Formats: sequence, structure tokens, C-alpha cells
Amino acid sequence: MTLQVKNRLNVEVNGITVSCGTDSRVLDALRSAGFDVPTLCFDERSGPQGTCRMCLVDVEVNGQNQQVAACTAFVSEQMSIETHSDSITDYRKTILELLLSETSSPANCPKCISFKKCELHTTAEEYGAKWDAFPSLITREKANDDNPFIQRDYDYCISCFRCTNICNDWEQAGAITVEGRGQNNSIASFFNNNLLESPCTFCGQCINTCPTGALTDKKIVGTIKAENIERTKTICPYCGVGCGIHLLTEDGKLKGTEPDFEAPSRGSLCVKGQFASWEFVKSEERLKYPLIKENGTFRRASWNEALDLVTSRFTEIRDESGPDSLVCWSSARSVTEANYLMQKFARIGIGTNNIDNCSRT
Amino acid sequence: MAVMVGKGAMTNSIEELASTDLLLVAGSNTTEAHPVISIRMKRAVRNGAKLIVIDPRKIELTKWATRHLQINIGTDIPLFNALAHVMINEDLYDREYVESRTEGFEELAKHVQLYTPEYAAEVCGVPAEDIIATAREYAAASGKAAICYTLGITEHSCGSHNVQSIANLGMLGGNFGKPNAGVNPLRGQNNVQGASDSGALPTDLPGYQKIERPGVREKFEKAWKSELPKHRGITKITAMDQMLRGKVRGVYIMGENTVISDPNTNHAQAALEATDFIVVQDIFMTDTAKLADVVLPAASFAESDGTFANSERRVQRVRPAIKPVGEARTDVDILLNVMSRFGVVQNLHTASDVWDEMRQLSPLFGGITYDRLDVEGGIQWPCPTEDHPGTQYLHKDEMDSGMPGYFAPVDHIPPAEPADSEYPLILTTGRRRSTYHTGTQTGRATGFDLLVPSELAEINPYDAEQLELVDGQTVTVSSRRGSVEVPVKITDRSPHGTIFMSFAFPELTQTNRLTSDAYDFITETPEFKACAVRIDQIKESLATTD
Repeated sequence: MTLQVKNRLNVEVNGITVSCGTDSRVLDALRSAGFDVPTLCFDERSGPQGTCRMCLVDVEVNGQNQQVAACTAFVSEQMSIETHSDSITDYRKTILELLLSETSSPANCPKCISFKKCELHTTAEEYGAKWDAFPSLITREKANDDNPFIQRDYDYCISCFRCTNICNDWEQAGAITVEGRGQNNSIASFFNNNLLESPCTFCGQCINTCPTGALTDKKIVGTIKAENIERTKTICPYCGVGCGIHLLTEDGKLKGTEPDFEAPSRGSLCVKGQFASWEFVKSEERLKYPLIKENGTFRRASWNEALDLVTSRFTEIRDESGPDSLVCWSSARSVTEANYLMQKFARIGIGTNNIDNCSRT
Repeated sequence: MAVMVGKGAMTNSIEELASTDLLLVAGSNTTEAHPVISIRMKRAVRNGAKLIVIDPRKIELTKWATRHLQINIGTDIPLFNALAHVMINEDLYDREYVESRTEGFEELAKHVQLYTPEYAAEVCGVPAEDIIATAREYAAASGKAAICYTLGITEHSCGSHNVQSIANLGMLGGNFGKPNAGVNPLRGQNNVQGASDSGALPTDLPGYQKIERPGVREKFEKAWKSELPKHRGITKITAMDQMLRGKVRGVYIMGENTVISDPNTNHAQAALEATDFIVVQDIFMTDTAKLADVVLPAASFAESDGTFANSERRVQRVRPAIKPVGEARTDVDILLNVMSRFGVVQNLHTASDVWDEMRQLSPLFGGITYDRLDVEGGIQWPCPTEDHPGTQYLHKDEMDSGMPGYFAPVDHIPPAEPADSEYPLILTTGRRRSTYHTGTQTGRATGFDLLVPSELAEINPYDAEQLELVDGQTVTVSSRRGSVEVPVKITDRSPHGTIFMSFAFPELTQTNRLTSDAYDFITETPEFKACAVRIDQIKESLATTD
């Protein structure tokens, strides 16, 4: 946190020289040179783990050759990095085929079907890795958890531990952990409880970091097809943090939300933004047409009729008691533009500064 | 805070909180009310920062805290004055900053002499050593210490003085105008910042331009080609009193469940019932809409075009994903129509047109365009010109107001309604993570009933034992204004003598039937954080929740 100028050094990536900080990782360097490697266990927020070995690259320093995991290794002076040599590419394909042998068929992957092609299956396609290259090794039992938010499907878990890392290191919720060893490991809450009885806050970050279909949004999965989804970039309707979200629609119908990782909130959401930001929009109880109260009960009215009544009654009251006998209260829930119009309406439509918003409550 | 340093907004940015050396969090149940900000606070702790939590309740954030100053409700000013006392008397304050950037130090120094740590310890109910240690640590982190506060500070009858006592500390520590520092009110609702930015305030035109300041009104009269009323208007709180006296006869309410969210429900309801004509524009038939003469169906956020401004002054685009349901229309469309009926001539058709008019009249956001927002994501005001990148933190080279920062000597004012023999407990209200405000939105999300099934009155085990209550038992909570039934939750989160409730389950428990009319005399923010109540067993029924 001191205002010290960071030292920089040059490295070469696939023949291109880039300048980077001395504390940079090899992954930062190769990405800044415009290249990329698969990173199945890496989430920039919880930091490098180095477990999946997909980001292995060839490096040469002072004539010494070695292969390092780009996410964990630091750059050094005179380093030359090669990201896609034949041997490394072949090696990645083999790892992918081993990982795929622990999972069910890509054809049934919940994330690929309902959201978008998952990282595992995107990478497998890129490297031509086959699902059935090795004998199937699905050993885990189905998870038994009836929480209404998070679907766990061990058949697609590749033990990358991004979910436990994001939960423990980033959210610091400490709700989930790795249970068992080796082939029999699985992701579970402590003492294998139901998530509802764990410290889980249902922020949904485990779902969003999961590179496969092992963890998905239970409210949405299966109700929507990835190829039909349209995403609208917008802002969560709840608190003043203003996290970025995408609204998911299919044929003009609202089907769910996802965090927006490009937004300043970096993909963060809480339980409300993740699981409560769209169902109310579709509620049957939404007001669908104007209402006018007559003799104590509401009846349906046309827009013209309703707005005529607003105009005539407000005008009457203003003429009788002056503009300051009317007040307008605008909304911290609505867009700024509507608030602007409300204050302009109060000031020059009615002629009063009696305009306030609900910021005090 | 606006009085002292220019504007009431987060001085710094959310992401910066992860990189502070010391975080002082006062009256903010961050893990529940702003979960995503709490992630940055926890990150700061992991990066080695000290976290000091000032809260009457043992909130979840205290698990990460270096120290919890569990003060008595409504004793923030003695605490902050005592922290200032220690910093001044031990010569730990940032002298250079104070001399070059502030005014009124001598008066403050004199004023806080009364507030010795020992005196504050007695009033606040925390050890004097903890106050001294906190002051020393805050001073040691000078220029790299951030204060965050929320409604636990402002929702008191002395709320604006609470804020001023905090800003005093911020200036003594030299923490304005520096990255990873500052004094940061975390804003509640999604667009509470934008609503105020837009000039929906009785005293301010868009961009916090004071209507009574010479030249301001004239500028808007010229732009709007219309005369403007000269004198400031009235706040909601004043308006409700005037409704009861027949002086306010009509109200247009957009997107607000006043009856449930305002203090003293019976009073709010009576005020609206006394009003001749009420228009409510909302997405649901709320308890407030039920009192209306005309209800206008509005579009939700998912159907609206425009912007929200978040807590860190960041303007971000809101985009429609679907068409409004039924005949519902966007707030912008409805208001454009209403305005034309009132003879307002304007060449505005879309949210984008409206934004452009607003930014051209407000230097604060003059450089923020929809095109830029589409390309750059959010932009933080002040952003006066289109080549200005926006402002990550305020007051960099001088106070944003262009003036020095003024120290404000303030005194302790206890909550308006203390506990007594008739109403021996203090009720403090607030938020829970999985419910939002009056519950009109979260109450409609499937599965959320499993997270918090109903309102709960959180009570300390000692008080529960005295009252012979069992966990989950439904009781009557009464104040001088009304009573509600609610199940109790026995937990040491609540300190002895204090119960906690939210207000998200109005169908069964309208918490604001209990809360008091007291409000801050400067901002007119209600005192939601303290009123006197009593708990009684319900005689006939042994009903429990489940």
C-alpha cells in the first residue's frame, strides 16, 4: 500500500515481448500478450490453485527448460514462454480426457443445456478431447439436498475446488468443503448437512464459478434452453451496491438472472440479487391496468380516464388551496430519469417545491 | 455531512475498502444489509487490516472484527467525541491536514475536552481502554483508514449530528481525499443516490443545486421556459403532519410503500386517509396503494430504460429485458404524459432524452452520456465533461465544496423515547439479508420462506428468561403507538434490554406500528433505531410459529 513504483521486467510470449510487473504471474503475462490457456481451477477473485494443470506452459529461463502452471508461477527476467507447443497441447488433451472420464456425457450437461456451454466442455471441444477416451470413472453418489436454490450434480464435478475456494476465501462464508479423498472426494457442507442448515448465505457464487454443470441455479436449470437465451445487461433492483446482472429471456419472456462479471461488482451478488430479482416481475399480483376508486372499491379504468381524473382533481385542489397543498413523492426504487421528471412536474407542472423521495426511510 | 465537506455520498469506492489499513464500521449491519460490500471488508481483514465494529448488537461482522465496541443505543456522539478527544490530547491527529484543509479545529478541541474516554465509557457502556486503543489505531492508520456507516447512525433524532461527529474524526485522521480511506455512508435502496441526484428534494434542483441560491432558479427557469416556485418545499415528514391539518390535500406517490416503511404506521395511515386525493404509481397493490383514489400500473426495473446511481456515486445503465406486463407503462412514459396534461411543453420522448436534459443542467454529471455508459460501464460523478474519466474518490486536492472542511462541535442527545418502567425495552429496527424493505419483491421469490419464515423479535437470553419466554413463542410487542404480534428468537445478537425486528412481513407483523414519530431536526430522518416497547405473553393461545 506504499506509493512505491513497481519494478517491471520484459518477458517473451510466443515470440512477442511484453512488459509486466515483477510480481506478475506467467498467466498475467501471456494474457497481456494476447494469448490464453485453459484455466479450469482458476478464479481471479480467489486466486491461483494450480490443481487442474491445464495452464501448464513451456518456459525457458537462462537456457533452462521447464513446464510450469501459468496461474501459480511468477515471471522472471529473460523468461521466454511458449503456450501451445505440440507436447503441451497433447498433454492438455489427455488431462481433459481424464477429467471427462469422471463425468457424465457432455450431451446431458445441465449448464450447457440451460445456460451456455460450460468451461469444461468448451475447452474439451477446443482440444478435441473425447469423453469416452478412457473408461468411465463416476464413483460419487447423487447429492441429497432439497434446498430450493442450488442444484448439485456430482456427475459433472471435476474436483477443481473453485466452489470451495470462492466460498471460503472470497465470500468467507465457510459453508462448503471437500469431503473424502482421491476418487471419492465430493463437495459437501460440513458434516454433510443440508445446505439450509449450513452457514450458506445462498449468494450463488459457487454456481457462477463452477466450470461445469455440477452446480447450477435450481430455479432456472431445465426451464430454459441455452441456444434461445437472450441476455440483457442491467443492474440488480435491490440495494445501493448496484451489482451488475444479466436478465435472461427466452421468446420475450423473463426466465432468470445471472451476475455480470464485466460490471464493477465483478460478478458478486447476494441471495436477493441471485435468487429473488426476477420472479416478482412475473408475479400474477402485478398491477396490469389503471384503477379508479369508487365508493370505496377499485374498478378498472383506461389510461385516459385515470390520467384525466388525476389532472382534474389536482387542478381543482391547486385552484382552491394553492400549489403548496399538493405534494409529490418520488422513488429511490425507480430510475433517475423518472425522479427527474417527477421533480420537474412538481415544480413547473404544479408549481411547488413539495417534492421529496423515500431516501429518509 | 454535506454541511461540513460538500456532499452526502460515499467519499470513496466500494472496491477500495478491500485495501484499507483500518476499517471503522459504525451502525452498519453490512453482512446483512450490504452483503457484497461486506465481502470487500472481509477481504481487507484477510489483507491485514484492522476492523473495528461499533454497534449495539453483536452483528455477524463482529466475527471478523479486531474489536467490537458494543455501545448503548444512541450513544454514538459521546463515543466519536471521545475518540477525537484522545486523538487531540495525545497529539495523534494529522496536524498538516488539519491546518491546510480544515477550519474550526480550536473550537472542536475545546468542545471535546468534556468527552474524556472515562466519561464516554460510562455513557456508551464500553471500556475506556477500548476507546483509547481505537483512537490510537485510527490515528496510526492516518490517510489509510476508512469509516463506513449506515442507518444505525442516521436513523436517530440526532442523526445528522452523529454524522458530523464521524466526519470530525475523518478530518482529524486526514482521511478525506485519499484512496482506500474516507467517510462512507452505504446507501440503502438501489437508486436512493439517483433519486437525490435528480433533484427530487424540497431544497435542491438536479445535481444538488440549491433552489434558494442566487442564480440557480434563474438558470432552470431559462432552460425550462417556466417560472419556478421560490421557496423550498416540505419533506415527507412535514407533509404528513400537514395532511392531518388539512393543509396538504393531494399527493402523488411513485413507487413507495409509505404506510409500511414509514415510522408510526397508524400516523402515516391517518395522514393519508385525511388527504382528499391520492395517486399511487406502483407495480403491486401495496398497503399504500389501497388508500389511493387512482392507482397507475408501473413497469418494473426489468421493463424500464434509464439509470441507477449506486452508493459509490456510480451511474449505471438499466435496460429493459421485456415489455411491461398488461397495460403497465414505465414511470418515464407515465410522467411525460401527465406533464403534457399540465401544459408542460418539452421535447422529451425517451429516458435518454430526459438524462441528456438533466446532465446539461447539472455540471456534476455533465460528462456522463448513455453512449459512454454503454462502452465504459458505470461512471462515478463528479464527471463534468465528456473527456473526464469520473471520480473514484472525492476531495482529492481540496474539499469538493471548494471550501475548507468545517469541524462541527456536537453534543450527545439521547434517543427521544428512553425505556421506562411501563415500556422497559428498546426496539431497534433494521434489515435481514434475505428480505428487502417491505417484502413486496423478496416475499414473492420462491424458497425465501425457508430462509426467514416470518418476522422475528430478537431478544437477549437474559431478557427472555426474565419474561419467561421460550424460543419461537409468539408474543405481543407494544409501544405507545400500537402493538403487533411476533414470534421471539432468543439470541445474544441482541444486547440486554434491546430487541431487534425488521419490517419485511407486513401481512402478519407491521413493525412500524411501533416505531416513533421522533426525527432528526435537520434531515427529518425518522428515529427507526430506538423506541420504547414492552413484551407481553399472549394469554389464550400458546401459538408458536412453524
